[in-house]
Amino acid sequence: MSGVTLPLGAAPGTRSGAVVPFLTRAQMLARLFAIQGSWNYELLLGTGVGFCVEPALALLPGGRDGPAYHEALARESTYFNAHPYLAALAVGALARAELDGEPAARIERFRTALCGPLGSVGDRLVWAAWLPFCSAVGLLLFGAGASPLVTVGGFLLLYNAGHVALRVWGLRTGLAQGLRVAQALAHPLFRQGPERLSQAAALVGGAALPLALERAIGPGRTVLGASLVVVVVAAVVLARLHGRLDGWRLALTLLAIFTLYGLLR
Amino acid sequence: MFDPAAALTALERLRFANLDVLRFALLGAVLGLDVVSFPQAMISRPLVAATLAGAVVGEPGRGLLVGAVLELVALETLPVGASRYPEWGSAAVVGGALYALHPEGAAGALVLAVTCALATAWVGGESMIVLRRLNGQLARAQAPALQAGSRRSVSRLQLTGLGFDLLRGFALTVVALQLSLPLLASTVGHWGAEARLSRAVVVSVAATVAGSAVWKLFHLVPRARLLFAAGIAAGLLRLALQ
Repeated sequence: MSGVTLPLGAAPGTRSGAVVPFLTRAQMLARLFAIQGSWNYELLLGTGVGFCVEPALALLPGGRDGPAYHEALARESTYFNAHPYLAALAVGALARAELDGEPAARIERFRTALCGPLGSVGDRLVWAAWLPFCSAVGLLLFGAGASPLVTVGGFLLLYNAGHVALRVWGLRTGLAQGLRVAQALAHPLFRQGPERLSQAAALVGGAALPLALERAIGPGRTVLGASLVVVVVAAVVLARLHGRLDGWRLALTLLAIFTLYGLLR
Repeated sequence: MFDPAAALTALERLRFANLDVLRFALLGAVLGLDVVSFPQAMISRPLVAATLAGAVVGEPGRGLLVGAVLELVALETLPVGASRYPEWGSAAVVGGALYALHPEGAAGALVLAVTCALATAWVGGESMIVLRRLNGQLARAQAPALQAGSRRSVSRLQLTGLGFDLLRGFALTVVALQLSLPLLASTVGHWGAEARLSRAVVVSVAATVAGSAVWKLFHLVPRARLLFAAGIAAGLLRLALQ
């Protein structure tokens, strides 16, 4: 386990260089929610990173008309790949590096080095653990008989508490640490979080399955019992196929066949 | 039980549903945008999107039911980077709208609504790939300006991408609803399978995908198998005590 702790309370800009005004940070944070707005197979998040860093680059000598601004924006709008939430860490760090006047070659090397870790760490933490956990909680609420408002509200509040916190933390930490930001990825949240969340999701998801099944099918133990047995057996078979068959495609095919049966019967 | 009078009312409602298509399409556009482009707050998850669609016609509970079924299927697909996955936001709006527009007794409505939603999710996923290629073409066209550090080009690419994605979700929802509303109106009355069996089949298929997805995601995590089994046992215990 790493002993690295994050400067969560450190004011951005206190470690080095110019202080980034609150309004600029707010603009960067707002733009981060649209960082994937022009996602494509060539630049991936590249243009989005340039779009998010841009308010900070306006603080460079000469402002938006200066050569430093244009050189930095061109550099920041090239190919970049990361998890969209953790890209906040890169955006903050790159803005800090540009404002601190780090050499262009060093920034470009740093940018390249960040891509892999920010992608894999974010995918493991958010897509493979946090989202399934929140989804399982939503299904558990549904299965427990919660109203639409409680089910949807509970899911959205829980998910976005983590989502927004991650973006805010990323930007703040990036701006505070600049090129030293890689240390932040050694935080216990990233090292142990996916495993803990996966365990919680397995527990909640297990509990949610029979309850959601019962609420969706309706009362009656015979049909529910038969459905549960079918689900367990079929899920084991599907899992054994190790991704050779997409579950959603199988569901679509089976339901299309059942639709024909239902109409022709 | 299936009620012919209620089915007639449903057909009447479906005739008027075209007036609702615009509202559903706007919802589908916004929720389709959330999948990747903005703000990825997961308002596009089926549990949320289908419930909102149901709420548009005053039936959030029926939307929630479709949403829960689709959410079980969606557990399998992770929106990882450049991978291909179904687009659940607009699709769940379609599913929620279709089911919410039918009366409680229509036996095949849930099966048909979920099937149409899955087909829409498939087409939606393909439409996202087309959009990504289009974004790439636009970026290539702007390459000299990007290399010169043009603020206008960067902003234009972002806003154009967002705008096209919004249009994509809108068009997808309109087309899917225009195709599936008449389809459901003409077929739901001819549904021959028993209502409870129909519901059990669609929910079981979705739960199978969910069970497999949970297993694939977590079976390598220490103690996750035990916790998954413990969770199922807890859920069954709760049902037994009801």
